[in-house]
Amino acid sequence: MSEVAIVGIGCVGFRPMTPELSYKELMYEAAVKAYDDAGINPRKDVDVFVTCAEDYLEGFSIFDEFVPDQLGAALRHLFTVSGDGMLGLSNAYMLIKTGQFDTVVVEAHSKASEILTYMDIVAFALDPIFNRPLGGHPYYVAGLEMNRYLHDTFTTTEQCAQVVVKNKKNATQNPYAAYGANVTLEQVLCSEMCFYPLKKLEMSTLADGCIVAVLASEKVAEKLTDNPIWVKGVGWCTETPNLETHDWSMPVYTRVAAEMAYKTAKIHNPRKEIDFAEVHDLFAYKELQHLEALKLCEYGEAGKLTEEGVTAIDGELPVNPSGGLLGMGYGLEASGMQKLLETVLQLRCEAGKRQIPDAEVGLAHTWRGIPTTTGVIAVLSNVK
Amino acid sequence: MLSEVKSEMLGKKRVAIVGAGVTLFRRNLKETGKELSYEASRMALDAAGLELRNIRSVVMGSAPDAFDGVHMKGEYLADGAGAYHKPYTRVFVGGGTGVFAPLAGWWHVASGQFDTCLVVCEEKMSSCYPHPQFAFTTIFDPILERPLGMNLIWIFALEMNRYMHKHNLKKEQIALVSVKNKRNALDNPIAQLGAKITVEDVLNSEIMAWPVQRLDVSPTSDGAAAVLLASEDVAKEITDNPVWIDGVGWCIDSTYWTNRDLYYPDYVEYAARMAYKMAGIKNPPKEIDVAEPYDPFDYKELHHMEGLLLCKKGEAPKLTAEGVTQRDGDLPTCPSGGLLGCGNPIAAAGLMKVCELFWQLRGEAGKRQVPNDPRTGVAQAWGDLMQYGSVIVLRR
Repeated sequence: MSEVAIVGIGCVGFRPMTPELSYKELMYEAAVKAYDDAGINPRKDVDVFVTCAEDYLEGFSIFDEFVPDQLGAALRHLFTVSGDGMLGLSNAYMLIKTGQFDTVVVEAHSKASEILTYMDIVAFALDPIFNRPLGGHPYYVAGLEMNRYLHDTFTTTEQCAQVVVKNKKNATQNPYAAYGANVTLEQVLCSEMCFYPLKKLEMSTLADGCIVAVLASEKVAEKLTDNPIWVKGVGWCTETPNLETHDWSMPVYTRVAAEMAYKTAKIHNPRKEIDFAEVHDLFAYKELQHLEALKLCEYGEAGKLTEEGVTAIDGELPVNPSGGLLGMGYGLEASGMQKLLETVLQLRCEAGKRQIPDAEVGLAHTWRGIPTTTGVIAVLSNVK
Repeated sequence: MLSEVKSEMLGKKRVAIVGAGVTLFRRNLKETGKELSYEASRMALDAAGLELRNIRSVVMGSAPDAFDGVHMKGEYLADGAGAYHKPYTRVFVGGGTGVFAPLAGWWHVASGQFDTCLVVCEEKMSSCYPHPQFAFTTIFDPILERPLGMNLIWIFALEMNRYMHKHNLKKEQIALVSVKNKRNALDNPIAQLGAKITVEDVLNSEIMAWPVQRLDVSPTSDGAAAVLLASEDVAKEITDNPVWIDGVGWCIDSTYWTNRDLYYPDYVEYAARMAYKMAGIKNPPKEIDVAEPYDPFDYKELHHMEGLLLCKKGEAPKLTAEGVTQRDGDLPTCPSGGLLGCGNPIAAAGLMKVCELFWQLRGEAGKRQVPNDPRTGVAQAWGDLMQYGSVIVLRR
């Protein structure tokens, strides 16, 4: 069966707002960059296009309608995954594995600056009968979850704050990042308490941008490029939409997805075999939770490792060298693609000042945000 | 030998449908979307004699979130569809979703990633108050089209008009489709609008947007459908009577529908060609024994028969008038009763067509069974701004 590789990637953004570009222009620019990077003509060389979008975030009832032209996909084989960009990646991976398709393009974007009522939209994702009538800002769910996590694992608020310091600092070296900054632990800890114990600086801020990736089968990849990035394994899982019954301290969805991807990628000891990880950090505590679920450390150990600098960019296991979502900005359904972008750049040795030396195996992980329990991971490598 | 050739053609693994289930289609069901998803999946599992623990992956199909008023509707429906702790994807291509979801299920299995996949399509349109049509006012371009205050009936009236003009058709010829499908639906226990009507009834029904009249249109509905897919090895353990997915195809045309000639659906033809190529079908009218083209409006069945290359452009009304598309005709079309007869819970209606082919090819369609032992069937759905075609070819 053919291996699958990423042979091109293009990114526009991420910035707090993009008033000079419509969502179609964002998609067009990112697509042109990705096609140039891969050296392909979308009208001839692409078998399938995948776009990842949710209607409410776009302000349409059927967003799929508005996708084909700017990607060069009119009268071609395109479909929408209502999910994160990395769910699109999983489907692209499977399409190539069928042996029927050689080149698949995946697109995801965020035009968050045009959403006037983002929090109301998030509230509309809560169960309409059991949860929504309780009212309030939907991020209370994150506050509750963080509280439970700190209680169960003895992780401290300082350790969570350290994630923010690290990620925002990494982001200062990333031209694709919107919110890089040198903040101190005190600044994070003294920032406004929003959803106890979650503080303002521990939450990612929305950003605009678009990322397009080109995937290819072994045969085509080796023709197109000298440094394909191989997708060694993908895994994804939905735990349950029930807030009342999901596991509040261990993100089970990430654990199951990781086990699936590690099995395909033949990874037995993730901590040793994975050189760096891009982990979903919509909230600072989520980075810690996800590291544990990904088996990159023991349950309850992630805070300590962060405090000791193990996850810093020059540490033993760099986590979110891109600056994560805390530093880059939260790109909604493109957030998985933000993780993928950094993983690909690092493995290609194109990460500039934030390059991790000798990285061979990287992990990209995403989560669909409050109130979902859906996660996707991909293990990538520059060695076949 | 033949099966060896085919499995090579389809990549590593051949994929079979081993179970199917459809709930009642009604204007307003009491069950929630989650409960409808559960009912359909339970039926598909029972048909195959499997339990949820045997299922490795789940694909969901459902049309706009605006019907339910739930953001990320796929996430909300996950537990009802059996996706608890499982790999789960929702695909969404407008009205084409119902036939597209099993295509996504196909690559879950054909890739070798999973040996089983449960495909569930659900639609709960009645919770959109006062009428589901309001959800469709936001499918248009916000600058160029929305200010006109359009709805779906209007744009399909434009398309129907163009089709009738191009081929010089009368409404009487098109109304025959509605008469046929509603009568077929009388034999379908799930059907919402099975009826014995005449061409005159259609022509005398209320005009909605000329030339579309009340009885040219399928109703809005609640309902769900599910199919269970399995790899070749697993399918042979489960049943002696699997139905194989031998061809898949999909295609999208430009967003700018105002710049296209609406008389012919190129995107359906492209999708059909993709599926036929994969299935090795060279002469569709001869090789296909039963068809379930998408019929939310009566003219769409004709339009889609032409797009599916089941007849020449403009020839479908003639075949319908000659009775070729009746259940006992040479090319039985919409033996289920289609959307006009069974109802149109959007994604569920598309998957219902795939379920119907599954039963027809296994000879289990009861009173709806088409004669002459059908071996090959095609189902198709259509969506977005008159721009999406999804096609599946099934073989016994």
